[in-house]
Amino acid sequence: MLLYIAKRLCQTVFVLVGITFATFCLINIVPGDPVQVMLEKRADPEMIQQVRHELGTDKPLPEQYINFVEGAVKFDLGKSYFSKEPVMSMLLRGFLVTAKLAAISFLFAVTIGISCGMLAAIKRGKPTDSFLMMIAILGMSAPSFWIAIILQIIFGLKLNLLPLSGLDQPLCYILPSIALGTRYAASIARITRTSMLDVIKQDYIRTARAKGVKESMVFIKHALKNALIPIVTLLGTQLGNMLAGSMLIEKVFSISGIGKLAVDSMTNRDLPLVQGTVLYIAVIFVVINLIVDLSYALIDPKIRYGKGA
Amino acid sequence: MKFFSFFYRKNKYIEDVAEQGIEYTSYYQDSFRRLKKNNAAMICLSVLALMVLIVIFAPWISPQDPNAQSLKDALRGPSAQYFLGTDEYGRDILSRIIYGTRISLSVGIISQVLATAIGVTMGVLAGYYGGYIDSLISRVMEIFAAFPELIFAMGIMYVLGPGVSNIFIALALLSWVSTARLIRGQVLQLKQKEYVEACIASGGASFQIIVRHLVPNCISTIIIMVTLGIPGAIMSEAALSFLGLGVQPPTASWGSMISAAQSYISLIPLYSVLPGLAIIIVVISFNIFGDGLRDALDPKLKNQ
Repeated sequence: MLLYIAKRLCQTVFVLVGITFATFCLINIVPGDPVQVMLEKRADPEMIQQVRHELGTDKPLPEQYINFVEGAVKFDLGKSYFSKEPVMSMLLRGFLVTAKLAAISFLFAVTIGISCGMLAAIKRGKPTDSFLMMIAILGMSAPSFWIAIILQIIFGLKLNLLPLSGLDQPLCYILPSIALGTRYAASIARITRTSMLDVIKQDYIRTARAKGVKESMVFIKHALKNALIPIVTLLGTQLGNMLAGSMLIEKVFSISGIGKLAVDSMTNRDLPLVQGTVLYIAVIFVVINLIVDLSYALIDPKIRYGKGA
Repeated sequence: MKFFSFFYRKNKYIEDVAEQGIEYTSYYQDSFRRLKKNNAAMICLSVLALMVLIVIFAPWISPQDPNAQSLKDALRGPSAQYFLGTDEYGRDILSRIIYGTRISLSVGIISQVLATAIGVTMGVLAGYYGGYIDSLISRVMEIFAAFPELIFAMGIMYVLGPGVSNIFIALALLSWVSTARLIRGQVLQLKQKEYVEACIASGGASFQIIVRHLVPNCISTIIIMVTLGIPGAIMSEAALSFLGLGVQPPTASWGSMISAAQSYISLIPLYSVLPGLAIIIVVISFNIFGDGLRDALDPKLKNQ
């Protein structure tokens, strides 16, 4: 167990260093000067020099990279070029909004996904099963931002039930979280079904049934618990993708989360902010994956004892 | 199938069997027979074939020029002249959706072919040579996989600038890792097989072993990866264009159409609904066809 954790931690540190390097390369080894890209054609050479000095891009690349990593570790990535606000405080503000939204959609996706998947597995081959799986395929194939707009049209405009945009009251969270969560709910439902059907075939389920355990208990206690492993892996990557995917939803509902920050920074070509958002979204993603992998080890003894790692 | 026969030389045994009047069917013939039995997959295949026809004949089918503006007709509902209504510049929505098919399908297919080329090369190199090369490639893959998909694609689009050809590159760089991982695993298994060992022992050149034995044995995986990768790429393109980092106006793309339509949902809801439906149809068809193809090519995987 300890060995596994140590190994996984080393790998994470390596990946984190890789991320800083990749982000740095992404921004700096662009064809053309990043500052020129940022200011486009409106700047004269003097102004470009000045901005370069402000952002520290006039220093040699290795030194810039060291400064960048230092800033990343100290949570200080300079100021946004346009709003002059520290990048970190903007990121933190955005992250809190997005995290709340993502948490609610995650909860929605897990509840709906696992219960629909279980139901489909129990009713295998029956109309309920095919109906649920059809919905799941639809849910996986529809772009989340399109679902968001459809929800807006139906519940906001036609039925006039829920607010169209913003996040200022609790009701506002309903549409964005459904829109963001649908895709994940659908894939969770599919994997739950497959995983459950896999587990149900096992001997210990037959044993449980043979000794007279109630059918509902067989499903919840014996089957679901063992079916959870692939589900948990999926959940981990999805939580990270949800943070990134929320930028589409944030655009539809004009929510100012981290996703909107990322999109805006890129369309405005605000260099420090682009670096900050890309870097920290990736870092959060990696950390979530690490937590999932470690919790995975807790659920599955095979991994704990080094077999699956 | 002609293409594959390059890899499989005619076998004496097969000819003998044929002489005896026993019908011999190759692996791909078997797979194709299995695929034909799968109704859902065949329906999706015909939908996709229809899409390809739309892509080819777009200029002839579309009732109007997709970029012709006519401001006096802006934001109208369906009419005889504009079958599905018009957008904010008075352009015909139907024609724009038809032309959007070109962008979506080409992005899906080209980016996945590129991704497969990179993925197979990297996967084979890592799996076949092992050692340092393997660790290096695996570490690079870990870093690529460390970014959430959309952010990664956005970052690359930021660097390269918007435009269709840059989307190909961004999405190829996004999706080669999963192919490379699978191929690497498969090559590691294949390397244990007797015929590969025999080839190594008899002094076969590495290149020959890779091209003659390893890659042909991965073909079904590659086909599956390409087919199932396309819908993801189409979705990513739609998302990028929706965010304004993908296809640039006035080129019609489903994602950017939805983005523009968003401001007019109370005026003409159809404008935002239709491009989304187009995305769903293409993505579902690729997904179901891809699943069917996987079941047909690799029956062992079914229901897993």
